[in-house]
Amino acid sequence: METFKLTVNGQEKEVTADPGTPLLWALREDLKMTGTKYGCGIAACGACTVHLGGVPTRSCVVPVSLVGNRPIVTIEAMADDPIGRVVQDAWISEDVVQCGYCQSGQIMSAVALLKNAPKPTDKDIEESLGGNLCRCGTYLRIRQAIKTAARQLT
Amino acid sequence: MSSATLFKTDPSLTRRTFLRVSTTAAGGLLVSLYFDLPLGAQQPEKPKAGQEGQGPKPEPKVYPPEAFVHIRPDGKIVIQVNRLEFGQGVQTALPMLLADEMDADWSQVIAELAPAADVYRDPLFGIQMVGGSGSIAHSFQQYRELGAKTRAMLIAAAAAQWNVTPAQCRAESSIVYGPNGQSAKYAELADAAAHLPVPENVQLKKESDLRLANKNVRRLDSRAKCNGSQKFGLDLDLPEMKVALVAHPPVFGAKVKNFDANAARAISGVQEVFEIPLVRGTGVAVVADRFWTAKQARDRLRAEWDTTSVERPDTTQLFAKYRELARTPGNVAIARGDAKAMDSISPANRILADYEFPYLAHTPMEPLNTTVRFDGDRAEVWAGSQFQTVDQMAIAEVLGLKPQQVTFHTEMAGGGFGRRATPDSHVQREAATIAKRLRGTPVKLIWTREDDVQGGYYRPMYVHRIEIGMGADGMPAAWRHVIVGQSIVAGTPFAPMMVKNGVDSTAVEGTADTHYAIANFQVSAHHPAVNVPVLWWRSVGHTHTAFVMETLIDELARRAKADPIAYRLKLLSPDAKKLRGCLALLEEKTVSWRNSVDRNHAVGIACHESFETGVACAVEVSIEDKRPRIDRATIAVDLGFAVNPLTIESQMQGGVTFGITQVMPGGAITLKDGRVEQRNWDGYTPPYMKDAPVVAEVHIVPSSEKPSGCGEPPVPVVAPAIVNALSRLTGKRYRTLPLTEI
Repeated sequence: METFKLTVNGQEKEVTADPGTPLLWALREDLKMTGTKYGCGIAACGACTVHLGGVPTRSCVVPVSLVGNRPIVTIEAMADDPIGRVVQDAWISEDVVQCGYCQSGQIMSAVALLKNAPKPTDKDIEESLGGNLCRCGTYLRIRQAIKTAARQLT
Repeated sequence: MSSATLFKTDPSLTRRTFLRVSTTAAGGLLVSLYFDLPLGAQQPEKPKAGQEGQGPKPEPKVYPPEAFVHIRPDGKIVIQVNRLEFGQGVQTALPMLLADEMDADWSQVIAELAPAADVYRDPLFGIQMVGGSGSIAHSFQQYRELGAKTRAMLIAAAAAQWNVTPAQCRAESSIVYGPNGQSAKYAELADAAAHLPVPENVQLKKESDLRLANKNVRRLDSRAKCNGSQKFGLDLDLPEMKVALVAHPPVFGAKVKNFDANAARAISGVQEVFEIPLVRGTGVAVVADRFWTAKQARDRLRAEWDTTSVERPDTTQLFAKYRELARTPGNVAIARGDAKAMDSISPANRILADYEFPYLAHTPMEPLNTTVRFDGDRAEVWAGSQFQTVDQMAIAEVLGLKPQQVTFHTEMAGGGFGRRATPDSHVQREAATIAKRLRGTPVKLIWTREDDVQGGYYRPMYVHRIEIGMGADGMPAAWRHVIVGQSIVAGTPFAPMMVKNGVDSTAVEGTADTHYAIANFQVSAHHPAVNVPVLWWRSVGHTHTAFVMETLIDELARRAKADPIAYRLKLLSPDAKKLRGCLALLEEKTVSWRNSVDRNHAVGIACHESFETGVACAVEVSIEDKRPRIDRATIAVDLGFAVNPLTIESQMQGGVTFGITQVMPGGAITLKDGRVEQRNWDGYTPPYMKDAPVVAEVHIVPSSEKPSGCGEPPVPVVAPAIVNALSRLTGKRYRTLPLTEI
């Protein structure tokens, strides 16, 4: 067990855990931030997506010991993020969610996309969210919501 | 059923149930529903003083027992939903129906998932459950009546207060208005209303008076699901809670020979490692302070298994066996007309078709989990369950308790698609077995994704063999159909109801009861026993039967050089009103583009009725990177009265995407020497964004008929529609799923 200092949503946190513990489980079990979801544990579904140093990252395969000083941003911070809030509102107005379990990851991927490409094409959307699995099949409403958010942001 | 009968009180509910009203300590009106005998005898027992559980208590979730509606003093209206919400939207739709009849202020409505209790049983199925797309169909009347009766009492209370008659009052948005300018909020009237008798009969609203039902209403749970605050079962955190994983046998039903847990126990945070009985075979449970510790410990466990005494199924061998069986008639599901009609049709006018379907896993996004705390004389459970009644009984049995001693909280679930409706409650039994050993400690059992993909309870493998004889008019004159596949319900309490003449209805539904009018029609089935647990997968038998029927009908239409929609309309029985309406609407909505797509594109059509809902769809398909690209889909649906058109649209779009799982190249679970070959979503690959339709328009056939469901019916049509389009592009026939090559 080792103690790691993490910056999560702008706040300094300490986690004492096995160095191999994935960031996902440090967030969920040590910091009690359960908005980031476990779906597969092998970076195949994107439910655990967070922004690590500004880059959308599958937190289920990043050991907490390798986070270093990169800031971590999770779904819990999106309501206070200028793009995050618009994306959440677009998700609600398009009635995107069904079971909702994958949507934290979808929104984190969408916000990262819109930060880099304010007017994403269908191809941009497919590339950025192509690895985010949704078993309910909300993909086309996700596309729609991203376009709605992009319109509101420009 | 006509509009007049739909919007009239159904006396059956009032006969079987009665309502009671009361106040709470904090004030307000509670409307509770009670069943009369025999269920009334089974109401949950309250723990006697001094006998409450000794273990650490979680933060209490306050819901008044058996209540459906609670008008709180602050004006909030809390409505209990008698079913699991796992994406299908029932947590919004049922409160809509109740609030509409109640004239409640929708912005003040809070929906909660009800715990397991007799009053929350499905009025038709008799157990508390979600399945068969029955939530709205079965609780439509129930929730409307509850709302109407609550409203009647609030109006009566206001009328008494103002010394006027109830008929002189009206209600709107949680306020009652009197004839002389009086007004009172529901929350102000609640205490008085709680002392009034519950009306036995109430008049439900006319369709034209509905304010919420049949309107596009956004989901109540969206915000929480977009900001990370929605708690699912897996997110549960209780004081002193432990996490358990189980090492399951590598072959279904195998038992532990011996295991070495020294390395596992050496990990800091591991509390217990012990062998447990499973529904099939035995396993080793690892209990630790957190998930990652339990995972590390399970990985270091060295277990030897006795796999010699159990059957080791193998996909290749099973298909060979199934193909042989399909050559002989099975138990008769239906035999209509002349069985010898085929003999008079020349071989040139016959089609012989063999179809093969693999095992399919559900893989809902939220991995399976259940939390149990056993306190000796009672237990508390938190689970996202489609089968609360069944799971509560199973847990009680494992713990030596009565079901009433098991408090069962329904947790929001991240998908399910049938996977959380297991007649043997195998996950809950595992959780209870472990919790029994850790008395007083809450234990959260988690199935990792690998446990889920490899853990069985799949949609069964099937083989179909069909021989069709065509008449001179190009229509099928004789049809012989043999289906081979495991029975889903054999050995479960559902068998007596669902197995007839040795035929499991879940294997032949969609074929034996086809709406196509084929005069000489024989369907039979074989149900080999195989050592692989099987289960219903969203739309159940229709997953494979609709594929077979709709690809063959399309093939017949092409041979007859007929338009695929016109051919279907010609062959459908005159009674198939829903499918006819769907096809007509589909034709209207696609006529502008269906026959004029780009040269390398093609359109595929399919229609199918399941769970009393008709669906027809058209997909425009092209081939990109040797895979089908679904450029657009148009869906027409008839499900009677549309309670929430917005949810119906989402379910249709999501359902067709779920159905695409069947044609994904990695959409198959296979076994070799008894072991499942896929481990996770890298090997068993469901559709991602690029595999789904880019656009999917949904059109609802206007109807005032009794509502039916929308969760399952879109699933069956999409795979045959895609394949019908591909056939037009490549000239090939696709009779084996998944589509590994085009």
